[in-house]
Amino acid sequence: MTKRLSAVGAPRVGVIQFPGSNCDEDCVDAFDRHFDIHATRLWHQNTELPPVDALVIPGGFSFGDYLRSGALAAHSPLMQQVKKFASRGGPIIGICNGFQILTESQLLPGALLHNMSQQFICRQVTVKDEHGRQFSMPIAHGEGRYWLDEKSLSEIEDDGRIAFQYCLPGGSTTFEANPNGSVANIAGVYSKNKKILGLMPHPERATDSLMGGSSDGLIVLRDFLNRI
Amino acid sequence: MEFEVLVQLKSEVLDPEARAIKDVLISQGISGIEGVTVAKRYVVALQADEAQADKKMEAIASEYLSNPVSQIYKIKRLAT
Repeated sequence: MTKRLSAVGAPRVGVIQFPGSNCDEDCVDAFDRHFDIHATRLWHQNTELPPVDALVIPGGFSFGDYLRSGALAAHSPLMQQVKKFASRGGPIIGICNGFQILTESQLLPGALLHNMSQQFICRQVTVKDEHGRQFSMPIAHGEGRYWLDEKSLSEIEDDGRIAFQYCLPGGSTTFEANPNGSVANIAGVYSKNKKILGLMPHPERATDSLMGGSSDGLIVLRDFLNRI
Repeated sequence: MEFEVLVQLKSEVLDPEARAIKDVLISQGISGIEGVTVAKRYVVALQADEAQADKKMEAIASEYLSNPVSQIYKIKRLAT
């Protein structure tokens, strides 16, 4: 499995750490274990970005989710460098809180609001990507209800920027498949150039069949590395 | 000087918390409930030139305290 998924040489991957990040080590471990990539941990207060080919903004509760999830982290010094990296076309993946940080930074469209149920949801979900491929991955969030206005929604639909949608096993994007009330069952979106991906499910927590019975996250991480 | 900033979801964004409160009030038999809005209140004590204060507060509210995608805000200067 490991060798087959190692589609690229040895890209330099940076994993950004904020106070309250808690999926950073899982991301480092996933790249190390399955892709033989030794990611560099990057502290959010750094004002310089070392030479990297791709950036990961991991999940967690940066700054305790104060103000709004991701809102305070979006103003960390390193995020200025992340914006420059993005403007150069650098690939970035934001997972869960990382997705929230990317929307708060306006590197991705939309906003992530409190779940419709007002409850923290932690469970395995099925999502499908823009090609119809299905993935089983866990979600764990209180603020994952993706929202954007109708005009912006039709824009990202037309641009093919809806990366993942919650669906039933089989692929139908019904109301019952939607865990948090996201518009159009959206679980992940791309930036305009498709180099930046934000998603609520955790691919790094689905990298081994010992972990919830799914290693589908490896495909998501491999696709991300292929964007370099 | 002190400013009060109220931040709430835009009217077109469903707020399940506000809806739950409204539903409970109605279920209690309270008549006349037409709507409930939930807002977050910030009080910012700011030292700034009189000429610059409002502008500075506006920038803080729009760039930090609220998310323009989903929220609106209202600023009020508090009497000191």
